[in-house]
Amino acid sequence: MSAVETQEYAPVFTGKTLERLQEILTRYPTKQAALLPALWLVQGERGWISDRNMVEVGEVLGLTPAYVKGVVTFYTMYHQHPVGANFVQVCTTSPCNICGAEDVVKALLAHTGAKELGATSPDGQWTVIEVECLGACGFATPVLVNDDFVESVTPERVPELVRKYK
Amino acid sequence: MGYPHKPHAKETALLSKHFGDPDARTYKGWAKRGGYEAWKQAQTMAPAAITDVVKESGLRGRGGAGFPTGLKWSFMPKEKKKPHYLCVNADESEPGTFKDREIMRWTPHALLEGTLIAMRAIQAEVGYIYIRGEFTEPYAIMEQALAEATKAGVLGGHKIHLHRGAGAYICGEETAMMNSIEGKRGNPRIKPPFPAAFGVFGMPTTINNVETLAAVPHILRQGAAWYKAMSLSNPKSTGTKLFSVCGHVRLPGNYEVTMGFPLKDLLHELCGGMRPGRTLKACIPGGSSVPILNREESEGCLLDYEGCVEKGTMLGSGGVIVFDDSADMVYQIMRLARFYAHESCAQCTQCREGTAWTTKILERILAGQGKMADLDLLLDLSDNMTGKTICVLSDSCAAPVVSGIKKFRTEFEDYIAGRKQPVMVA
Ligand SMILES: Cc1cc2nc3c(=O)[nH]c(=O)nc-3n(C[C@H](O)[C@H](O)[C@H](O)COP(=O)(O)O)c2cc1C
Ligand code: SF4
Ligand code: FES
Repeated sequence: MSAVETQEYAPVFTGKTLERLQEILTRYPTKQAALLPALWLVQGERGWISDRNMVEVGEVLGLTPAYVKGVVTFYTMYHQHPVGANFVQVCTTSPCNICGAEDVVKALLAHTGAKELGATSPDGQWTVIEVECLGACGFATPVLVNDDFVESVTPERVPELVRKYK
Repeated sequence: MGYPHKPHAKETALLSKHFGDPDARTYKGWAKRGGYEAWKQAQTMAPAAITDVVKESGLRGRGGAGFPTGLKWSFMPKEKKKPHYLCVNADESEPGTFKDREIMRWTPHALLEGTLIAMRAIQAEVGYIYIRGEFTEPYAIMEQALAEATKAGVLGGHKIHLHRGAGAYICGEETAMMNSIEGKRGNPRIKPPFPAAFGVFGMPTTINNVETLAAVPHILRQGAAWYKAMSLSNPKSTGTKLFSVCGHVRLPGNYEVTMGFPLKDLLHELCGGMRPGRTLKACIPGGSSVPILNREESEGCLLDYEGCVEKGTMLGSGGVIVFDDSADMVYQIMRLARFYAHESCAQCTQCREGTAWTTKILERILAGQGKMADLDLLLDLSDNMTGKTICVLSDSCAAPVVSGIKKFRTEFEDYIAGRKQPVMVA
């Protein structure tokens, strides 16, 4: 075995996390149906979902790694790579676009130091991405910072927002 | 957090009556406001009797298609041989639409109550509320409300579970949603079989939108005749509807009006009109998937299912997107096409290729490299994308393109002829 394969893997589904998964399994008639919730648990624990995590999820739910990967890649909210400590999603779909969403993106890239969409700032603190409609179009521009949904963000409000999460 | 505006005198606040009032969120607060009375009443009624009341009320699905709700429920097998399911569509991702979020944020028990009543009507023991992944706050509020209702013992023998989505507009399509609940990629299924015969986990299933279900307790409590009487224009469109208004109006937000309300009054009175010095240019009345109206059509449009069809568009989800004279229609239509290209599940060739090519051609035009023939090419492409795929996402991409070229053709031609500076790089 190569060095990589002998490296210890710390399973996600132990203790409390395993208990939570077991409770989730009672909600569905099949094990497979717990896949999306299980992936959310992994991302909650580890911040992203690695290939090895996918193997573990597959083992726990009786699915092949390829199947799990096929599902992970379908949904845009699952991270297949580590992201900054603060993950920022900005809506730039048409309704927000006409209300100035692109200026909000520019301000966020500048103030977080992430500079480029999808890239992580050199200090590892920030990743900013554009997303499609967040279902809050009357509160342009909505921004999701990690799990916090922030409404009506303007370029002027960006410095304060960035300070809050630093 | 607070609700943006005071109610307007022309609104009919039924679903939105308690928006902005945190006390209504709690079980106690909800019970004080007559909450769960309709559910108590429903428990004394036979399932078919509940369905009949809803049928009689004229309630139609608020998720986009406008299908009669009572009729949909009546498709479920009467004689129960297998488990039945209810899926609640809280995936709200149609650009311009943000009403279900508000219902869940402020009146989570209204949704739970409507869900319970529907479950009894269709004889479902389990219900899944599918909430889009980005709705972290509504999810937490629904979770809390569900815990409170469970503790208070109102669920009876029914089980309701929340299922969190993970970022995919297509999961709002009912068969894609069922696949997503089953732990699969959110690909829409070919119909038939229809969900009432073969739905989630292969069992008889009904899918309803959040707003549809939130209206049900009111119908049960105040009667079908009362609900049906709320109709300003066409008797086939009844009750109230929440319109999410966004874009270039002074007071964006959710407004609840009686079916048949003039779009003009919604925009110019309730929403405070355009910004100073600006005029209305275009409006999409039913979420980004329906054809765009120009100013004249908008000013004459009555907001109900038939009124919108009369103007060549659809009521859809009631997401009203407003563009004033500062809007670049070519750029905005490109932005919508890009949305559909991003959200296509890629099963059907017409959709996968069509949405991507539509976006590319529009980008080319915006980069100053378009040809006049591109407009015909876009229309031809749109034609091939309409009515030919597993679900209507493909048609939805074509709708703004076709109506946009028809109504704002000179704006496209200005880019192509070099009368307007490119706004994109190729
Ligand atoms: C691409 C696509 C996306 C959809 N998104 C949603 C949605 O986000 N919310 C919703 O309620 N219905 C959505 N629908 C409509 C649903 O398929 C379904 O008709 C609706 O949830 C049924 O509920 P109703 O009869 O109560 O309206 C979508 C349909 C399509 C084709
Ligand atoms: S029309 Fe598009 S989104 Fe719908 S099933 Fe086909 S490829 Fe998927
Ligand atoms: S378009 Fe931005 S939230 Fe809907």
